[in-house]
Amino acid sequence: MDFAFMKETFLSLLSGVPLTLNLAFTSVAFGTVFAMILALMRLSGVSVLAAVAQAYVFVFRGTPLLVQIFLIYYGLGQFRPALQEWGLWIFFREPYWCAVLALTLNTAAYASEIIRGGLQSVPHQQVEAARACGMSGFLLFRRIVFPIAVRQALPAYGSEIILMVKATSLASIITMMEVTGIAAKLISQTFRAVEIFVVAGLIYLIINFIITRIVMAIEWWLSPHLRRPPAVEPRLEAAHV
Amino acid sequence: MQQLSYFELVGFGPNGWGWALLTATGMTLAVAVCGFLIGSVVGTFVAWAKVGGNLAIRGIADGYTTVLRGIPDLLVIYLFYFGGSAALGAIGSLFGAEGFIGVPAFVTGALAIGIISGAYQAEVFRGAYQVVSKGEIEAARSVGMHRWLMFRRIIAPQVLRYAIPGLGNTWQLVLKESALISVTGLVELLRQSHIAAGSTRRPFDFYLTAAVLYLLITWVSTYLFQRAENHSMRGIRRAS
Repeated sequence: MDFAFMKETFLSLLSGVPLTLNLAFTSVAFGTVFAMILALMRLSGVSVLAAVAQAYVFVFRGTPLLVQIFLIYYGLGQFRPALQEWGLWIFFREPYWCAVLALTLNTAAYASEIIRGGLQSVPHQQVEAARACGMSGFLLFRRIVFPIAVRQALPAYGSEIILMVKATSLASIITMMEVTGIAAKLISQTFRAVEIFVVAGLIYLIINFIITRIVMAIEWWLSPHLRRPPAVEPRLEAAHV
Repeated sequence: MQQLSYFELVGFGPNGWGWALLTATGMTLAVAVCGFLIGSVVGTFVAWAKVGGNLAIRGIADGYTTVLRGIPDLLVIYLFYFGGSAALGAIGSLFGAEGFIGVPAFVTGALAIGIISGAYQAEVFRGAYQVVSKGEIEAARSVGMHRWLMFRRIIAPQVLRYAIPGLGNTWQLVLKESALISVTGLVELLRQSHIAAGSTRRPFDFYLTAAVLYLLITWVSTYLFQRAENHSMRGIRRAS
């Protein structure tokens, strides 16, 4: 192991971290919104909407992400004249936006199942009680259903975010120079696969470790009812002043 | 030149890529199955280490599953692809061979998938082992079974039964991972579609076909795992 080389590698790989995080968080943010829509479609009770959402999830969970990326980045090139006419080519020309789009569509499929599970886990009694108090529609969703569902779904959502951080490495195949992209370039230049692998792996482990801690902190913050109440200290009244 | 229709393009005619795509699908299945089986062996040993090892062995096993599940699969594939060649080159130079020795892409791919899926399968097996009741193991011991016999007759059948749903999920992961092996140049489904797309300039048609073929494999294997699960649970009464 050559530590001087590893330090140098670490510094050059670090320059890819912003792009890795950027891709992961942009796609998770868009993907969450889309996943909410899909989950609500699935639970809407309208059979057409539910079937569309189910088919979407089946297709995007059943095919490899790399195929989805290629389909968008290379595949849509086949329709270039039409896309240029609609002014969309500026968007699909950029590997960054293609990667974000593919990652978003992909995570939306997985996340919608997580959200659906969370929404379905809300006890009926809670909803009935809320209705008995006169809540309905959006108020019911915002005050009762959503907070309970979020708590249920959060641990699984944390793993999904980590899967997305890992998935951003595929953007390197369509020329995005994030951590894996830089690592691959360095490996093909120096042929020192093991050292570079160790350093790159370490960077991903650190990122994922921090994310798990943040998710755990949010979980802790959202579940005060499950924590042991702080021991109440007997208050010492100043009786003899 | 006249545009070929979609079905001429992916069909089995003189200009069709049908046979090439089917062969490549076979290659995808082959590399995925080999990787999955390697992963099962690795996973069994790692699960054993996690359940029955001492502190040091358990620490190594935990480290292995944490690391392999925390870093991108693509990095592991690069490690095996470039690292394997470098290691072979180093061994080769001992015997006087010079220059770059490539590892066959199939071997690299199957090994990389095996090592990655081993980490996932270890967790599946460990979870399933914990469902096996302690009483059964004690009973087996009390009738005088040795370790191997007990593993074969008592533990393995029950662990496998409870592990089937988890193994099904891992298999889906492995199948999708196999698409990443295309970066090493192995002509599997995605690579073949890439080649066909490049030579015909119809990328959308070919990637769409690849997606449909992957979906078909997923669909069939979901069905088979469901059958296996139902079959293995036939003697078990379930609540509700």
